Amino acid sequence: MTAVDALLLALGAVAVGSALLVVATRHLVRAGLYLVVCLGAVAGMYLVLAAELVAWVQVLIYVGAVVVLLLFAVMLTRAPIGASDDLDRPGWPATLIGGGTGLGLAALLIDAYRWTTVQVPEAGTAERLGAQVFGSWVLPFEVLSVLLLSALVGAIVLSRPDIGTTRPARSSTGDGDEVPGERGRSR
Amino acid sequence: MRPVIPYVTAALLFGLGGYGVLRRRNAVLVLMAVELMLNAVNLILVTADTTAKAVLPHGGQVFALFVIVLAAAEIGVGLAIVLQLYRMRASVSVDAIPLAGHPPDESARAAARPGGAAPDHPHVSGDEPEGPR
Repeated sequence: MTAVDALLLALGAVAVGSALLVVATRHLVRAGLYLVVCLGAVAGMYLVLAAELVAWVQVLIYVGAVVVLLLFAVMLTRAPIGASDDLDRPGWPATLIGGGTGLGLAALLIDAYRWTTVQVPEAGTAERLGAQVFGSWVLPFEVLSVLLLSALVGAIVLSRPDIGTTRPARSSTGDGDEVPGERGRSR
Repeated sequence: MRPVIPYVTAALLFGLGGYGVLRRRNAVLVLMAVELMLNAVNLILVTADTTAKAVLPHGGQVFALFVIVLAAAEIGVGLAIVLQLYRMRASVSVDAIPLAGHPPDESARAAARPGGAAPDHPHVSGDEPEGPR
């Protein structure tokens, strides 16, 4: 067991432990913060596996953008501060399916790779990955840009309820910025 | 380097993500569990880049980048849906959504609007279920 293996084991233990806390904690905000720890540990594993660019993109997009969006959603849906009791459903099927999937995949991969060693490959720097992305994988890259644009338009259409209506009524422009709590009280 | 360590980590992360998707009731927590599963897939791809010798170098890392972009698009649309759900029902509990209920169609909205009884909330009456809440 070399230093690389020890690092991978430690980072993997941190990732799995914090992922367990993400799906088990009863505090909504803490689940987002444990997700930061988990994604950071996975980014560390990418660095050890010599995938530099993927590691930094993971830190930028996942930890920087996705988690912030998730925390925004937690705040915007008026999550209670402190522990909530109604976050979970009864968990037997979830335990069965999740545990079965995870342990089954782990057994499969352990059986496939045993305790073999491979060489750490040359580092995936931005120069090498850029040559690949803009060389061999240009078409998927462009399709992906179209998909991002359509996801953006879709999110805008979803969040504006006055877009789908055929007749622009005089009052329908005002409910985009409506406070949800007022609706709850007005019922 | 022993590739079995990141592979087993990714398998356990995927299992935990699947457990979270099925177990959690809050839609934002379901999205967090989906992020865990996407990260497990990314970890598999990056590790496979070190073990498998492909024709094109670094194919696994390029695909990991693509999956990260897909996750960003997914989280944008997913959070838009969650916020719209919260605006309609004042709750993000995924098992309170009536799957067989009638969606707020245009005729119900249009029928509710010209009365002018509730000018501030024109889409309230279209999306209410019949039973008690």
